[in-house]
Amino acid sequence: MIKKNSLFASRQIFIPIAALVLLALFNLILDPSFFKITLGHNSTGDPVLTGYLMTILDYGSEVAILAIGMTLVTAASGGQDISVGAAVAIAGSVILRVLVGLGGDGSLQAPIIVGFLAACVVAMLFGAFNGVLVAVFNIQPMVATLILYTAGRSIAAWINNNELPIITEPTFTYFGGFIPGIPIPTPFFLAVVCIILTMLALKFTTLGLYTQAVGINASSSRLNGLNPTFIKWLSFVILGLCVAVVGLIKTSRLSTINYSVIAKDIEMDAILAVALGGNVLSGGKFNIMASIIGAYVIQFLTTTLYKFNVSSDALPAYKAIVVILLVVFSAPTVKDKLLKVMKKQKGVS
Amino acid sequence: MKKRTIALMLTAAMAAASLTGCGGGSSTSETTAAQTQATTAAQAETTTAAQEEVPAESEAEEAAAPVSDGELIKVGIINNDPNESGYRTANDADLKKMFTKENGYDASFAYSLKNDEQITAAQKFIQDEVDFLLLSAADTSGWDSVLQDANDAGIGVILFDRTIDASEDLYLASIVSDMDKEGETAVNWLAGQGLDSYNIIHIQGVMGSAAQQGRTGALDAKVAAEDSWTLVTQQTAEWNSEKAQQIVQSVIDSGTEFNVIYAENDDMAKGAVAALDKANISHGVGKDVIVMGFDCNKWALQELLAGNWNYDGQCNPFQATYIDKVIKQVMSGEELTEKTIIMDEKGFDAEEITEDDVNTYGI
Repeated sequence: MIKKNSLFASRQIFIPIAALVLLALFNLILDPSFFKITLGHNSTGDPVLTGYLMTILDYGSEVAILAIGMTLVTAASGGQDISVGAAVAIAGSVILRVLVGLGGDGSLQAPIIVGFLAACVVAMLFGAFNGVLVAVFNIQPMVATLILYTAGRSIAAWINNNELPIITEPTFTYFGGFIPGIPIPTPFFLAVVCIILTMLALKFTTLGLYTQAVGINASSSRLNGLNPTFIKWLSFVILGLCVAVVGLIKTSRLSTINYSVIAKDIEMDAILAVALGGNVLSGGKFNIMASIIGAYVIQFLTTTLYKFNVSSDALPAYKAIVVILLVVFSAPTVKDKLLKVMKKQKGVS
Repeated sequence: MKKRTIALMLTAAMAAASLTGCGGGSSTSETTAAQTQATTAAQAETTTAAQEEVPAESEAEEAAAPVSDGELIKVGIINNDPNESGYRTANDADLKKMFTKENGYDASFAYSLKNDEQITAAQKFIQDEVDFLLLSAADTSGWDSVLQDANDAGIGVILFDRTIDASEDLYLASIVSDMDKEGETAVNWLAGQGLDSYNIIHIQGVMGSAAQQGRTGALDAKVAAEDSWTLVTQQTAEWNSEKAQQIVQSVIDSGTEFNVIYAENDDMAKGAVAALDKANISHGVGKDVIVMGFDCNKWALQELLAGNWNYDGQCNPFQATYIDKVIKQVMSGEELTEKTIIMDEKGFDAEEITEDDVNTYGI
């Protein structure tokens, strides 16, 4: 039994890695220049690495950070939060409001860290709101988060009185761009920090075990002395924290945001990353590393499609194909059949 | 029992959500929302929450400041929600500035993004016996009967910004932007730059929208006609700056040469410029890449003034003076010469723009 489990775990992380290798091979055959990375300078004269791979690291990191929280939410509650895009808009709006305020000239009114912390608090509050709906009132997560999904962008616009302040402070662009002297995009470092923190939390606390237990069977875990309500709620709050980090990156990229389109459909990418990571979307066992690799695979796919000049409004169609394949292959009936076929072959050989 | 808790919860949540709007959220919509299905209720409430209340507030008192002929002209104005976009905010402010008591108007405003609510507002204005009904319709269809009522009551209907699918006899005039012309103005300006070859990154708006079709059409025609014009890439970024950034980033990564960025709105131009900055590609007046945007947001015109961008095309939200002119003509018994009035729309060149232009035309 134990052996089967470990086998299953290794197979889980195998799915996104296989997808990654497949995409890499595809690019290698069609155009090896895809992997070219050059060291150049940006307009402020700082060294930067550019190339498709850097673009993937840069943009994939946003989804990777969200995938951490989304994996926990999926594992604990057996559902997905579809309000993260709107929540990113709210977090970004809070950062703008705190840093430049209304009618400001774009200069900083408060240290950047204060703006970020405020965004963390607000995003976690909205996460807690979703968490209460799901954990306490037992509403289906997708339905519960639908409220924030529809209202979130209006809230974001309301926070700044529908104005679009622009931050002129150059240091603020570091979070979504480059720190002078370091040629690797900052979002990647932020993602790495988030990943390390999560890994430490999973290793040194019971978070991982409890989340898994609640996801597999909430009532039996309650009978064993766990508090499923709290665990579910906590997963949404953690997702809120991830949302705040992404809000910072997004806002920093252009020094401003547009409430109606910022992080549009990013929730779908985050959920897809979780699915691509081989996690069961109905809760239970999970593997955060696999989700993170899944996130980069999605960006790999997006960047590849852009490279081949595929019309960008056709992108969702390609992602849909990936989802269909995933769903089909992870369906119990198909899985059983595949296992049977494999067993037969083993028997023959 | 469980259903009831869900309904209660949602009502509470939606009451909170309605705070986000402009004080909309009427009590009726909450009670009905509690009865309907969870998902649809949440959606419906947020859309109403985002809008102002339909009933119009009458701004002027009859007694105040009579003008030369002693009577105020009563107008009912039906517009989309001013929070919809920067364009709409500027549009609403312009109308409010024009239709004042000082200018001889008694104006009432109604806002909605929903066609049926707009029609209800129109019916109310007809009952109030306004002299003119000004309309920017949310949807093109469904207006025939209510406009017929207005005609029967002797009310003049003037459309602004948006056209509708109804007989031309039902309205006096329609004052609109010509998106095709906006595109042509921009493309002609670009042709006037006299580059040896034009390698253009074309970033489009949401496919199928009037603005996208007009602005794309002119460029496509020119590229097809001239050998020295090529599209390096033509992609839709759906008015989204982040997507625009990724599209331009992808072209830069591929190492393809380009010297023009033709973005169909300011946001997307901004995203494109962020990608250029990252790769240290110079842009603006006298630099390597020409940057073009549309809509004339104030911040965008400031970029022009600073020489970081080259061109910005206007999408004119200032219809009030045109409407005023039409009303004055009708009141003095003049014959209106044309049904569809196309507004003048400027294109700003970074080399010629002034601080005054930024303040006058920036939205």
